[in-house]
Amino acid sequence: MKILTLNFLTCARKACKPQATSFPLHPADSTLEIQESDLNIIFLQNILPRLDWPALISITTELGLPGLQAEPPEAEDLVVKEGGAKAEGEGMEVTEKSEESEKEASQLGKDLHRLLIETTIQEGKLMCACCGHEYAIKEGIANFLLPSHLV
Amino acid sequence: MEYVVRLAQVHESFRIPELKALASLANIDLEILTYSPDSPFCVIRLSSDEAARKLVSRSILTDSIYELWGSGTDYEALHADIHHRTQHRWPEYKTCSFKFKVLGYQHTLSQRAQVKVIESFDYLPFEGPIKMKNPEYDFGVLEHYVIRTKIPTIIYFGRFIADGGRNIYLPYDLKKRQYISTTSMDSELTFITANIAMAAPGKLLYDPFVGTGSLPIACSHFGAMTMGSDIDGRTVRGTKEKNITTNFDQYGLRPCLLDNFTSDLTNTPLRLTRFLDGIVCDPPYGVREGLRTLGKKDGTGLEVVYIDGVAAHLRPNYIHPKKSYSFDAMLEDVLDFAVLTLVDGGRLCMWMPTANEQGNEVDIPKHPSLQLEDVSTQAFNKWSRCLLTYSRLPDSEVVEVKTRTRPEILPGANADTLNSFRKRYFQGFRTPESTNGTRTP
Repeated sequence: MKILTLNFLTCARKACKPQATSFPLHPADSTLEIQESDLNIIFLQNILPRLDWPALISITTELGLPGLQAEPPEAEDLVVKEGGAKAEGEGMEVTEKSEESEKEASQLGKDLHRLLIETTIQEGKLMCACCGHEYAIKEGIANFLLPSHLV
Repeated sequence: MEYVVRLAQVHESFRIPELKALASLANIDLEILTYSPDSPFCVIRLSSDEAARKLVSRSILTDSIYELWGSGTDYEALHADIHHRTQHRWPEYKTCSFKFKVLGYQHTLSQRAQVKVIESFDYLPFEGPIKMKNPEYDFGVLEHYVIRTKIPTIIYFGRFIADGGRNIYLPYDLKKRQYISTTSMDSELTFITANIAMAAPGKLLYDPFVGTGSLPIACSHFGAMTMGSDIDGRTVRGTKEKNITTNFDQYGLRPCLLDNFTSDLTNTPLRLTRFLDGIVCDPPYGVREGLRTLGKKDGTGLEVVYIDGVAAHLRPNYIHPKKSYSFDAMLEDVLDFAVLTLVDGGRLCMWMPTANEQGNEVDIPKHPSLQLEDVSTQAFNKWSRCLLTYSRLPDSEVVEVKTRTRPEILPGANADTLNSFRKRYFQGFRTPESTNGTRTP
């Protein structure tokens, strides 16, 4: 389970959903693994405004991952700004070329890719702070089914 | 400019929805001028050759697209139309290399007859060399015959622009896929669904009935990130060697796979916030695979059960009780979920089975926040399945506020009483009269 997915998950119980404490779910006994993947900067830019940034900060803190800036970045912060230091010296040709080719990821873009897409929880539990129910993650796949007394 | 699209003569009712979705995705103005389900030829208006190329490049149901130079119900009318439309442009083509080909639908002319047809275009002042391989311009004579006749009923003449995407899905043939189940959808239909759902790079699509991942794989082929879930944990996990992830690996699509997890849509763990660009799904019809939600059939199980002092649901390998669920209620759950999670303009593409009964209008589930874009049907012998496509309206455009009463599902309800399609299916879709007729001795 990727850290990005965790940002879209809450407790499966209907009773918990309206409660603020049901999100985010809190990882416990987690075994983390880095699964390298191609950088997809267009996707990160599109998904960025849909993230709950404070929840992402709290999850990274709980998992002991590198800290994040307090304020959510803007989509353009994920790519190297055009007309920056790189374009110096070569002038016009570079700007023309950059329009054609893919945008280059900034350090922040690369860091977010590492955190959201490449960092996965392979084994562990996700706990709802509202009802205390724990959902198991096995081999990277979480199980959100509920026993009948919690439905 | 006018173009003639040569479509595949299969899945007819999906062809225009696919073209419309691809036009919308690529920001192309598309006007359909003539279309008939019985014909592979469709005349459209587009702004440029570039738009034509973009439109068809990933269209599964398009064979090729031509710039329309003329059409007619016989050759005399065709040649007159070509004169009328294009005479002023002929000098542009004077010295270029070119070739002609004759393509018939429901009848193929002999080589000699084709040469005769091509010779009838000798008034075109093309003086360049004829090159059968890589000519600068490629012209097509497209004939439409009524089956078992020898005289075309309509003929189009055009300049070839581009091939469509008929071959895209071929490497995804289910026969060569490592992990499939009895209800995996064939790859051609999954790719058409992905096109109609407007899957594209940068987007996030979700399949709440993921099964073995057929629909997400097609969406990811087009660059979308995908996520899936299923109430059946065994299907989601698969085996160590064969599972949804290995399917993505088989096609080199792993970077587009976000996550899969086990969950029930009716009790979804997903946050109800607008974060999805699209939802694609083929829900269980209750025939080959059961239609279930969490809970116990008899309404019991409201208290924690302890085994050896440990709560049963916390023990390893606990099996969560599931009960039969109503198909209609589940479709409504999908719609409600889509309204809460799709971004503005995001699409829901959902498959639904129906019985082929005369005079019975298909009861299509509706929601005021979802605009029904298309209904496309794949017919089988006694039943059909439809692909319903909705788009999420911005809240400012929603007129009516919906209050819905849903029949309560009583404890002990069984699969047949909950799911009329299942009941009709196992009755062989007989009408009451025909049942009486055949059974009376």
